[in-house]
Amino acid sequence: MGSFRLGGMTLGSLFKKPETLLYPLEEKPAPAGLKGHIVNDVDRCILCGICARVCPAGALAVDKKARTWAIDPFRCVQCASCVAACPKDCLSMDPSATPVAAKRFEVVREVPEQPKEAAAA
Amino acid sequence: MGKATVIPFGPQHPVLPEPLHLDLVVEDETVVDCMPQIGFVHRGLEKLVETRDYNQFIYIAERICGICAMGHSLGYAETVEELMGVEVPKRAEYLRVIWHELSRIHSHLLWLGLAADAFGFESMFMHCWRLRERILDIFEKTTGGRVILSVVKVGGVARDIDAGQMSEILATLEGIKSDYGALMRTLLTDSSIKNRTVGVGAIGYDDAVALSMVGPFARASAVNYDVRSFGRGAYGDLADFQPILDNQGDCYARVKVRCLEVLQSIDIIAELAAKMPAGDIAVPVKGSPADGAQASNVLEQPRGECYYYARGNGTKHLDRMRMRTPTSQNLAGMATALKGCDLADVNMIILTIDPCISCTER
Ligand code: SF4
Ligand code: SF4
Repeated sequence: MGSFRLGGMTLGSLFKKPETLLYPLEEKPAPAGLKGHIVNDVDRCILCGICARVCPAGALAVDKKARTWAIDPFRCVQCASCVAACPKDCLSMDPSATPVAAKRFEVVREVPEQPKEAAAA
Repeated sequence: MGKATVIPFGPQHPVLPEPLHLDLVVEDETVVDCMPQIGFVHRGLEKLVETRDYNQFIYIAERICGICAMGHSLGYAETVEELMGVEVPKRAEYLRVIWHELSRIHSHLLWLGLAADAFGFESMFMHCWRLRERILDIFEKTTGGRVILSVVKVGGVARDIDAGQMSEILATLEGIKSDYGALMRTLLTDSSIKNRTVGVGAIGYDDAVALSMVGPFARASAVNYDVRSFGRGAYGDLADFQPILDNQGDCYARVKVRCLEVLQSIDIIAELAAKMPAGDIAVPVKGSPADGAQASNVLEQPRGECYYYARGNGTKHLDRMRMRTPTSQNLAGMATALKGCDLADVNMIILTIDPCISCTER
């Protein structure tokens, strides 16, 4: 009688720690490498635009004249190609996910002027 | 014999997780003919190869289907690597296969849950999905994604699994094994499940070959065809790989083949983890595929053999990318298996074939 064998397993679950979490009261801690959202350490960015070129989703916009780096988090597919391609290693993947929002928005970062030697390095 | 009536089945139907439409011609309670119709989730993904370069397309390839995401990115990457003559490091091949086998386990567990749900076996459904959750947690920890992993890239893989993580994976799989064993014994010995599956929707060996069926569907009819036995990539380093076969060809045989494949995948992962070579996980890939270069590749997806074809045109964009997915191979077999069955068995037969319509239509 197979079903009774499984019945034992199901009954056993009564006395075990629940497998599920009482979301949103409890939240699962994000593992270290989770693909959450892209952050740019703008102090190191040289506005080279490589990240925008490799992005498969067209989520990044780099404007050299206005000195801005912008990401549309709703287009980003968290592939991390930009992180791998950035020559200055200023992009990184933060494990926390972008919160849901009713309206689309862009994250625009002003990139400060870089000291000459840092830009040339 | 009663008058023939056509019953439309799907594309929105409680038993089907995906949009497949069948025109079932029934006489009394017996299905005498069946005409499948697809085209409800066509997204034109192959065409997108013209607008994304060959590195970017991998993220589209893995979105063809959520369950086979890892397989599609792997199959695509291998095809492009062949097109460009790239040699992937051994460690990357091992890691790819480990993730691919994990995704086979999660696909089969998902399917087992859905099948149990179709029998009306709710608690089995919960248990299968509970175990599947552990696999998804492994994905989350090792790749940063649960379903869309984005871990394969042309030339290798994007992340490594270190020794600590690997032993954690093996411990998790060992833990799954005992619970899974109990589930499997229940599925394969329970009389109410046997009543619904034994002798239902049977396809013989000759029909399976004539209809070019692939995957567990074909292997349940004793067709000894599994792309993994060609020994490509890390599969070549397995001491012994024997496809799991059954000769009954009915729903029960299909359930059994998939059940056993989960255990086989766990063994493959354990063996590869023990043999894992050290070294790089990716090689840099420069340049573009030559004009007119062509490459093709096959891969054993959870649902069977998937064929990939790519053609270059001298630019970063491919000229053509084509995939022939296991379910498109299996549709003819499905229509044949349905002929002559009871109307009440239709859902059981479709589920044990495990069609993936998103893959089929791309
Ligand atoms: S690739 Fe890096 S340095 Fe270049 S624009 Fe993007 S973030 Fe800035
Ligand atoms: S993670 Fe991928 S999709 Fe997101 S911004 Fe970077 S390259 Fe674009």
